[in-house]
Amino acid sequence: MAIVRTERHPELPPPVTQTGVIGWMRQNLFSSWFNTILTIVSAYVAYHAIYAFLDFAIINANFAGTSRDDCTLDGACWVFIKQRFGQIMYGFYPEAERWRVDVGYVLGAIGIFLVLSNVVKSKKWPAVYLFIVYPVICYFLFYGGFGLEVVETSQWGGLFLTLVLASVSIFVALPLGIILALGRRSEMPVVRMVCVGFIELIRAVPLISVLFMASVMLPLFLPEGQNFDKLVRALVGMSLFSAAYMAEVVRGGLQALPKGQMEAAKSLGLGYWQSMGLIILPQALKISIPSIVNTFIGLFKDTTLVLIIGLFDLLSVVKAGTQDKDWLGLATEGYVFVAAVFWVFCFGMSRYSIWLENKLHTGHKR
Amino acid sequence: MTADVPGMSEGAKVSPFRDPKVRALFFQILVIVTFLAFVYYIADNTITNLEKRGIASGFDFLSQNSGFDIGIVLFVDYNAQTSTHGDVLLIGIINTLAVSLSGIVLATIIGFVFGVLRLSNNWLVNKIASVYIEVVRNIPLLVQLLFWYLAVLLELPNVRESAKIGESIALNNRGLYFPSIVPEAGFWLIPVAFAVGIIATIFVSRWAHKRQDETGQPFPVISTGFGLILGLPIVAALVMGLPFGFEYPAMGRFNISGGWVVKPEFMALFLGLSIYTGGFIAEIVRSGINAVSHGQTEAANSLGIKPNITMRLIIIPQALRVIIPPLTSQYLNLTKNSSLATAIGYSEIVAIFAGTSLNQTGQAIEIIALTMLFYLTISLIISVFMNWYNSRIALVER
Repeated sequence: MAIVRTERHPELPPPVTQTGVIGWMRQNLFSSWFNTILTIVSAYVAYHAIYAFLDFAIINANFAGTSRDDCTLDGACWVFIKQRFGQIMYGFYPEAERWRVDVGYVLGAIGIFLVLSNVVKSKKWPAVYLFIVYPVICYFLFYGGFGLEVVETSQWGGLFLTLVLASVSIFVALPLGIILALGRRSEMPVVRMVCVGFIELIRAVPLISVLFMASVMLPLFLPEGQNFDKLVRALVGMSLFSAAYMAEVVRGGLQALPKGQMEAAKSLGLGYWQSMGLIILPQALKISIPSIVNTFIGLFKDTTLVLIIGLFDLLSVVKAGTQDKDWLGLATEGYVFVAAVFWVFCFGMSRYSIWLENKLHTGHKR
Repeated sequence: MTADVPGMSEGAKVSPFRDPKVRALFFQILVIVTFLAFVYYIADNTITNLEKRGIASGFDFLSQNSGFDIGIVLFVDYNAQTSTHGDVLLIGIINTLAVSLSGIVLATIIGFVFGVLRLSNNWLVNKIASVYIEVVRNIPLLVQLLFWYLAVLLELPNVRESAKIGESIALNNRGLYFPSIVPEAGFWLIPVAFAVGIIATIFVSRWAHKRQDETGQPFPVISTGFGLILGLPIVAALVMGLPFGFEYPAMGRFNISGGWVVKPEFMALFLGLSIYTGGFIAEIVRSGINAVSHGQTEAANSLGIKPNITMRLIIIPQALRVIIPPLTSQYLNLTKNSSLATAIGYSEIVAIFAGTSLNQTGQAIEIIALTMLFYLTISLIISVFMNWYNSRIALVER
């Protein structure tokens, strides 16, 4: 009378409705009647949006040709971008000299790679190269000197100018921001007041008014005859502006450190600058790297504002192009292209900042 | 040990060079002197430069005739022949406030909707929300504004081919036209009823709070409030026998006259600012809701509280504490970013006052100073208000 099974029942596969594609769909798309409606509506919207975009940008778009007449205008006319590509990249930089910009890009890319990657053990020399040697090289390479023909900054433009604006501003803003942040946390009331005043004033006003101030009022502030060119004036405005934001980011990092660190440094007999440089700042900056990258993304996007004071960055070159009488009516193509370029840069940087945050986050993870 | 340290031996006075107090004093005096010297240098140069260029100083220009036309004028009368630069400043301020306030409202709605959608467990909805957020946040605002203005709104069909909803609402490259409401006798009761509705709602919500504290019985404040704020004006309108008429936009061959119109400049700025800032607010909302520990939801579930009440009474109030401070800075950013209107020709303070007025009078210092003062005031007001709200909802620890 064996009613107990002796042999093992073969393992059944998990129910089809809970695994695989169907299970996933039931869980993530159709878990309730409300979700089902949401899914159907959003699938409809997404399908139309994606189809319309692909239709415009690829399926009906024109890639070949040299003039506006080659475009059928059912979709995008990428011929416009292709024809003006040189100008979009370099502005009015003389065509024969554009290799200099490319060399600058390559040298910069090498520096950034060496600093960010782990190929070289010590980061000291790559950092010296990127932050001290490279800017000097770039100045002579881009502007001229040592036998290279001088290219006036009024001829700089396009993506090249955007990158120059962003990198010079960050290069000035970071050290200035650190000093301002230290000043804001200083125990000396006068120093603190000056720093707080500067930071809060700059942060309360829009970048445009700072740029206006730099371009309209800087010539008034300086003695007669001493005048910078337009690009330097814009750079002064942008650097001061981002220094104020950088200062707040660094202050956040400084505040996150326990007081004991400073006290320990003092009890070891380190002076103010020694304890800041060796103990406090390395930790504080490490904490604030993700926010620094985010500030840089903001700064990079803000470089487009120089359009308003009449510099020819990526956006204004394209804008000027869309107003060319031979290429009228192509505003959409122009702005979509600019948007795509900025998106690639900014999205890349924000991913990098998220990756970095995870890498530096050495505590518990949930 | 201590005796070996130079300058620290017993009874020996610290050298003044090494005394922190003396050094601090010296350093601060140095800062003050440098700062004053810097200010003096700049002021001196500026005065010399202004004299050389023959530019007047002072605020007299505010009462001078402006002599240029302004595209969008709200609430005040403006005339290029008789109005002054002071009027220009006023119009600039009104236009900035108009676009900022309406932008803040729409951006908050967009931000909260997409922030919640971003947390949805529906995969498709979640992905759509994150695509929106990532696209909008990573493209410069100015590019978006120019796109909306030049590539979308100005490319709309012209007046004759305008897109119409019914006969009275029309959308074309001159703007969005819709009928205006023309008040007739007895119209005054409607706004009064509206105001009474708002005040009554405030009192009802206070009373409901008190009753809930005392007896534990909740009162449907939200639906009552809606009823009061919307219902009272409707009742008032019916009582007075619908005291208003509509003026419909009349389609001419090349133009539309009558009715109300939203100009494309305003629409581009309004849409651009709200969509851009909405993306940032969505991220803030998402991280705020995520910051509320999951245990709170579990505790609410185990008490048998319904999901929507859990969200409204347990999750959202706690999330708001995390959300409000960054939300404040987004509101400030939106207001400051409205200055980008310069690029698309919406007449706000930077465009008309720090732009056209400055070019006409040349008084850069006064004009830029006034403009900055305005933004400073706005920033201060928004932060004071949001700090007040923040302290109201902050955790009260006993």
